[in-house]
Amino acid sequence: MEPTRIHSNGDSLFQDITFAPDIPVYATTAAYNKDPCPNKLHLGIGVYRTEEGKCHTLNVVKQVEQTLANDLSADKEYLPITGMPEFNKLSAKLMFGSGSPAIKESRVVTVQCVSGCLSLRVGAEFLAKHYHQHVVYLPEPTYGNHPNLISAAGLTLKTYRYYDPKTLVLDFQGLLEDLGSALTGAIVLFHACGHNPTGVDPTCQQWEQIRQLVRQRGLLPFFDCAYQGLVSGNLDDDAQSIRMFGCDGGECFVAQSYSKNMGLYGERIGSLSIVCKTADVARRVESQLKLIIRPLYSNPPIHGAAIVTAILKDRDLYQKWTNELKAMRDRLVQVRRQLYDSLCNKGTPGDWSHIIKQVGMYSFTGLNKDQVDFLTREYHIYMSSDGRINIGGLSSKTVPYFADAIHDAVISSLPSSTLA
Amino acid sequence: MHPDFTSPSSSSSSSADRRLNALVRHLATASMVSQTAVAFSPTSGFHGDSVFSHVVRAPEDPILGVTVAYNKDPSPVKLNLGVGAYRTEEGKPLVLNVVRKAEQMLLNDKSRVKEYLPIVGIAEFNKLSAKLIFGADSPAIRENRVTTVQCLSGTGSLRVGAEFLARHYHQKTIYIPQPTWGNHPKVFTLAGLSVKTYRYYDPTTRGMNFQGLLEDLGSAPSGSIVLLHACAHNPTGVDPTLQQWEQIRQLIRSKALLPFFDSAYQGFASGNLDEDAQSIRMFVADGGECFVAQSYAKNMGLYGERVGALSVVCRAADVASKVESQLKLVIRPMFSNPPIHGASIVATILKDSNMFNEWTIELKAMAGRIISMRKQLFDALRARGTPGDWSHIIKQIGMFTFTGLNSKQVEFMTREYHIYMTSDGRISMAGLSSKTVPHLADAIHAAVTRMS
Repeated sequence: MEPTRIHSNGDSLFQDITFAPDIPVYATTAAYNKDPCPNKLHLGIGVYRTEEGKCHTLNVVKQVEQTLANDLSADKEYLPITGMPEFNKLSAKLMFGSGSPAIKESRVVTVQCVSGCLSLRVGAEFLAKHYHQHVVYLPEPTYGNHPNLISAAGLTLKTYRYYDPKTLVLDFQGLLEDLGSALTGAIVLFHACGHNPTGVDPTCQQWEQIRQLVRQRGLLPFFDCAYQGLVSGNLDDDAQSIRMFGCDGGECFVAQSYSKNMGLYGERIGSLSIVCKTADVARRVESQLKLIIRPLYSNPPIHGAAIVTAILKDRDLYQKWTNELKAMRDRLVQVRRQLYDSLCNKGTPGDWSHIIKQVGMYSFTGLNKDQVDFLTREYHIYMSSDGRINIGGLSSKTVPYFADAIHDAVISSLPSSTLA
Repeated sequence: MHPDFTSPSSSSSSSADRRLNALVRHLATASMVSQTAVAFSPTSGFHGDSVFSHVVRAPEDPILGVTVAYNKDPSPVKLNLGVGAYRTEEGKPLVLNVVRKAEQMLLNDKSRVKEYLPIVGIAEFNKLSAKLIFGADSPAIRENRVTTVQCLSGTGSLRVGAEFLARHYHQKTIYIPQPTWGNHPKVFTLAGLSVKTYRYYDPTTRGMNFQGLLEDLGSAPSGSIVLLHACAHNPTGVDPTLQQWEQIRQLIRSKALLPFFDSAYQGFASGNLDEDAQSIRMFVADGGECFVAQSYAKNMGLYGERVGALSVVCRAADVASKVESQLKLVIRPMFSNPPIHGASIVATILKDSNMFNEWTIELKAMAGRIISMRKQLFDALRARGTPGDWSHIIKQIGMFTFTGLNSKQVEFMTREYHIYMTSDGRISMAGLSSKTVPHLADAIHAAVTRMS
């Protein structure tokens, strides 16, 4: 059969679309990968590395995967739209606490999603469809993908003050003012712990004030929980902010990710939980979530959920996991200390105490864009242009090199340094 | 605990104390006896109703809801012919041997890590998937005119493609066949496209309404998107012949319509991977553009691993490159990057010629068993003298049979015989076995003779 020539003028239907520049974090990774320098450092993406600078699969995860692969009774049938039921129950317990009244009263609906990102997107799509207020307040700054996820669902973005670049700590006054004057009923995004990119978290007292303000103004809290366990080393402590809101009888959304705290990044495993006023509302909400998920991806992937479930439900495996989690977190704290000490010993101009005060995976160094460019150019160090570094990408071997680089960048840019 | 954690317990190292203090905080909060208690406004919703009180209970998904109902049924003779998942002769789900082998290989590969994939997924998976569907010698591939991105199975591939079109294509209407897979309309409308239908199935002949198809596509506005099932049409099992495909292709190209293929059964229809991709390859061979959503759920039995790919065949390599860059902007605010496990299994199998052969043999066996079920059911109905012409059972192709039973008859079969199927009369042949065919034949016979 001779193919007939197209009767159009031969142009592509997509001739006029523009080439989209690479998303910043991926562009940084691509640039790093191309760089032949043996001393290069990638501090630009939120992935935990070992002391040896290697990718890290948790031992407990490897153990579980072996068991799963050897289980000939396991199949690959479609999961329900809302995912693996046992995974959902265990994830809710992990976040809200096994004694949570909301769980006991069946007021929590939890659906497995394809990692934290899709949990946020599904939650946002639900709100766009069923909630009367379509405005979401994001902290300034926030995770780079938050604005995309929220606006892709059709919600409108606003920001609230969060980080003070002059003092390098929480702008609590600004936060209270902005949320205090937020539109009634607006959705507010909170980072449960280990704020990305700043590493600056509210204290418990500050969380309590935030909670009261949110409830007083009828705002709807939406938590992004991607670092539970990696901040304090204790899973319960890191969930305090969520549990305050989950226990006060009010409603909230929580997007959860196991990418970092179980090292399951590429398996894309997370969940969306919605705490409702009543069990009846929770059931109806669940049924509506299915209508959003089905035309998006139908049902979620098995593998990551199977791993998480196996770990969470077995006491020994759970213990092993918490041990490995604590070790990862302790290494992060140690690296912070080493970096701080190095800069102090070098007499690098500026107050670097924020490095040890900040928590979680990231540090907002306070370096400006020019200084970041300098680091990349002269030292082959790749990081976010806003000055954020992934502490998990450093080790005791590479801290000295990094400290040298910062020192050089700061000295070279005096007197235009913005550091105190 | 970090230095700013200034609760009363910060000086204590006991975790029990921390828990106790946490509990005290919670109780204090709950009873609102905190130092900074603030009066709650009556309009805040905190004391009042849920902000989602108005949300109505959504009905169960028509297809997946069948399995929910089936699971609830205690009858020992119940049959699930609802969802398109392959079952063995013993009625069990099947994990292919070659898949198990691939999983073991992956596990034993100590160099493997779980880090984030690129936004577009595993490069090797994408290349191999394109080769599988377009053919290893496809000029479009050689000329770098194809962009392939890993997505969340067929559904996810359709959705990403649809969102891309809603953003970048001038025509926002997609024509879908009547009938089509139950989830298609929502996938497209939620992506921002509007959905129209074209005639496809003729219930009186139980075959193609080819004249109607040509008329409807012929009168579609120029540039409209057209959804085509690559093979083994779901739910009818009725496919165009090769000649009919050629006529469809010429019509689509002459009206500058944009074809969007859904390929979920490659290898399952005829048992041959290349044959089942003929329709798509015709369109690619003519130099024109098309979209292809590809799923490995059925043909590799990877259902729950959610493995699929979206391919866009473009006129020029630079356009393909631009399209890929824009696809990333659709994926990033959706799932950011795809899951690693299922795609790794697929890549492992496709790139190894021995494993690829093993796969084709297991695939042929599955397709063969389904064809044999068709024959057995047809023979069983003839043996019972069930009124009507049941030859469509052996003429239809792929996993499903459009029985022609109406919703009353379907309800009857569920009620009296515990047979679960979708209300449009579609049954999954993959859910049948030689043991259960008689029960189904009895049920159909009863439904046809007792309910009109």
